[in-house]
Amino acid sequence: MSELPGDLIYTSEHEWLRREDDGSVTIGITDHAQTALGDLVYVEMPETGQTLERGGDMAVVESVKAASDVLAPIAASVVAVNEELADDPEKMNVDPYGAGWIVRLRPSDGVDETEFLTPDAYQSLIDAADG
Amino acid sequence: MEKLIFEKSRTGRRAFAQSPGESEDINIPESFLRVDRPQLPEASELQVVRHFTRLSQMNFSIDTQFYPLGSCTMKYNPRACNALAMLPGFAGRHPLGPVSHGQGFLNCMFELQEMLKDVTGMQGVSLTPMAGAQGELAGISMICAYHDARGDHERNEIIVPDAAHGTNPATATMCGCDVRELPTGSDGDINIEALKAMVGPKTAGIMLTNPSTLGVFERRIIEVAKIVHGAGGLLYYDGANLNAIIGKVRPGDMGFDVIHMNLHKTFSTPHGGGGPGSGAIGVGDRLLPFMPIPVVAAATIDGKTTYDWLTEDDLPQSIGRLSGFMGNAGVLLRAYVYMRMVGREGMHRLAEYATLNANYLQVRLRDAGFELAFPDRRASHEFIITLKRDAKTFDLTAMDVAKALLDHNYHAPTTYFPLLVDECLLIEPTETESKETLDGFVAAMIAIATEAREKGVSFKEAPYKMPVRRLDDVKAARQLDLAYRPDKRL
Repeated sequence: MSELPGDLIYTSEHEWLRREDDGSVTIGITDHAQTALGDLVYVEMPETGQTLERGGDMAVVESVKAASDVLAPIAASVVAVNEELADDPEKMNVDPYGAGWIVRLRPSDGVDETEFLTPDAYQSLIDAADG
Repeated sequence: MEKLIFEKSRTGRRAFAQSPGESEDINIPESFLRVDRPQLPEASELQVVRHFTRLSQMNFSIDTQFYPLGSCTMKYNPRACNALAMLPGFAGRHPLGPVSHGQGFLNCMFELQEMLKDVTGMQGVSLTPMAGAQGELAGISMICAYHDARGDHERNEIIVPDAAHGTNPATATMCGCDVRELPTGSDGDINIEALKAMVGPKTAGIMLTNPSTLGVFERRIIEVAKIVHGAGGLLYYDGANLNAIIGKVRPGDMGFDVIHMNLHKTFSTPHGGGGPGSGAIGVGDRLLPFMPIPVVAAATIDGKTTYDWLTEDDLPQSIGRLSGFMGNAGVLLRAYVYMRMVGREGMHRLAEYATLNANYLQVRLRDAGFELAFPDRRASHEFIITLKRDAKTFDLTAMDVAKALLDHNYHAPTTYFPLLVDECLLIEPTETESKETLDGFVAAMIAIATEAREKGVSFKEAPYKMPVRRLDDVKAARQLDLAYRPDKRL
């Protein structure tokens, strides 16, 4: 059973979003995603200041099994990237919702929470996939 | 554990049989000569012989072990192919020698082109791509060149199923196209409705492997071809799994416009460890003018046939050259000899025995309690089992089984590919294995599963009996050292 914090919103692409007090949004991959990927060995980050289209490429995470694109869940500009992941990509394995965060974005048009999954809805999604 | 040859090195030790000798008579300007000696190992001839003999004994190879590596078609490479390809007339031929001195070689290459056309149902073959990935590059480049030549410049989308080999989207991207990912249905066939919605005026083509990487035959291929052609796109056949259908169904008859063949797989030349390969391509009528050069042509005058290269002058719309000469000549020769030995009749039996062996293994493993990824489908030449349940219940993962198999003296199947199936092993026995070998493999699989399921044995540390134990692939990836030297050891 993977961990699922209740104060986050989720995407069907196994990303989580946390709305920060300053209006920015922090994004990472879920515990379920890191378990499925296995040991992460490399992450490719966007540049700070870069503008991202919704659904466009944002980052690439590479594990011993596979390389996966992490897509931008919202249209936004990049405020910060987690520089520590460059040396310690396993932070995404160990602490996916904390020290393993990937980027912080400033949304171009706000965040419509109805377009994302609640913790319960995300849980149903991964339960269904597990069959 | 065998030390590196560099670690055995002692200054001044020589193996005279391998010594290059010193010459004072060097006609190279001083400024181009190196000052320091190169760092080569210094060892005696006997040390060298023992070192490399021991290494060869540690190696897993098709000559020593069953090698069911899915998608790689590790069949036996007949010795006769080697012997004939190494005849002095072939081995001593210089690629820049005059065409009149290489008529025998060119004759073989022409016949190889003709046989490959026949067996795939294509109209033209070029042997020049050096490996499968280069064959893919040639194929998609030709599709792009075809659309461009028609002034159809908007077509820049290549459709690739989500189960495809990673080289497919990589190839499309290298050719400047956008990749559209096509979902697969739960029965293993591609989702036709999704395909219909995806094609349009931007569709350049679709890349398909058939049978797919899931080890099942794409049953609605004729319909797929109609949809893609109807939208103005072309069909590319990834020949990775050609061994399943060779001599039975022809990609040309399914509607494919271009195909690459891995001669090193289907036509049995030694491969693995990165080469050498051959990614010969075949094309239908529409792509004939765009074939990579050189291609071998034959002309018969007064009953005498001579062979020559077709070059830029003959094929002005060609996508060009992919290598200095024409692929790996030795690999092409071995594939040629193999096809001549197997013959037309034998070619039919290749696919029959490859699929029979795969289906036999699939049924025996299913009956032994392994879960099939596609239980309702007949296997092609390979099939997938998923260790999902064992991983959850007994912490026995696909990687654990793969490593434990090494201790039973079987090479591991392909692990964690295709990505669509969790905890999967992709198993391809090929036609060259006996029933006894297949039964031995099943017995090893049962032994491993039984120990884990009934006795709680963990295989996290396996293999135990190999020269090296479980390698730390995370550390290998994170702390990659491509310039290791014993004296610079950390």
